[in-house]
Amino acid sequence: MKLITHNMLTSKILKNVVTGYPLKIHAVKAELKKADFQPDFIARMIKKIDYKTLYQAAETLGYAEGMPKTEILNEEDMNNEETLKKLHEVLLEIEVIEGDLECPETGRKFPINNGIPNMLVNEEEL
Amino acid sequence: MSRPEHTGPPELFYNEKEAKKYTANNHIIEVQTKLTERALELLALPDDEPCFLLDIGCGSGLSGQTLSDNGHYWAGVDISSHMLDVAVDSEVEGDLVLGDMGQGLPFRAGSFDGAISISAIQWLCNVDKKSHNPIKRMAKFFTTLYAVLARGSRAVFQLYPETPDQLELLTQQAMKAGFTGGVIVDYPNSTKAKKLFLCLFTGPSNQPMPKALTGNEVQQNNQVRFESKREKFREKAIKKGRQWILDKKERQRRQGKEVRQDTKYTGRKRSKAF
Repeated sequence: MKLITHNMLTSKILKNVVTGYPLKIHAVKAELKKADFQPDFIARMIKKIDYKTLYQAAETLGYAEGMPKTEILNEEDMNNEETLKKLHEVLLEIEVIEGDLECPETGRKFPINNGIPNMLVNEEEL
Repeated sequence: MSRPEHTGPPELFYNEKEAKKYTANNHIIEVQTKLTERALELLALPDDEPCFLLDIGCGSGLSGQTLSDNGHYWAGVDISSHMLDVAVDSEVEGDLVLGDMGQGLPFRAGSFDGAISISAIQWLCNVDKKSHNPIKRMAKFFTTLYAVLARGSRAVFQLYPETPDQLELLTQQAMKAGFTGGVIVDYPNSTKAKKLFLCLFTGPSNQPMPKALTGNEVQQNNQVRFESKREKFREKAIKKGRQWILDKKERQRRQGKEVRQDTKYTGRKRSKAF
């Protein structure tokens, strides 16, 4: 699971969960996998993602160094090549291979196996 | 045509063996690529802009591969963990999530610039477990899909409905969830090449529907020929004659088949030497 996906994932499908966001990451194994750098895409996605969540996620995995610390990114950050490269690494290159995602409201855990988060729930939980 | 939907739930049908078989089959790869390219065309994304897309029922990532080739990033959801394992092994560029579309999509609002789904949503019509209620599952799926799409974006589903009722039910549930749009039928004159796409819009309802492919796009123009001298009956051409051959070729073109160009040699008698 890449952090761009983590930034979008919620546990809202569970019964009685209102926002279910952000999911807490408990990583057992994480890897860096190289991906093509497309500055346009990063600059566009940065407006969409929840930066606070991304920063926290990167911090838990130990990759936050070099990321802008502000809660909302300003124009300058978005045009800075170095910053975009760092954000590219955080969004698209870090992969959580084994671990758990935890719902912030119910504490329900979604296991991550082979890099794939398992978001299947039982019928009783819907 | 055999229908895997009849044999059992998708997570059991696409087991390790079936998943490998599916991904190794050249014919399936070709068909999936073509369908994805057409779906991408129907999505009408802005030119030269890398987008973040959702692939529903991404399976082993065949359709996702086409998305990556077109410069987009994607996340895929599928219910079969074996299919997803094959996708991981083939190192697809997208990100994968194990999930059941009938339980709702586990993403936050406005996440994606568009969604595609190739030959997957007909599975929603099935009752694989006692607790399954197809209408409820469809409603859940479409309402969560509507939420996770960015305003103004589209969702395109290629599907093989078993009966017209199924298609109607799916469209109805999508409209209830707030989508506009409808069904596009490519190559309607052919039983084999015919393809159905459910094209859904989240934006304003006055968007024009894209045109379906019929196989004779080139010849289309808006003029009506010979308005005053309309023929009353068209006599059938003599069998094996030039006109008969031309008619037949035209018919096959309409069915989307590959047909040789008409030339002065078409239907000409061979010399005696043969």
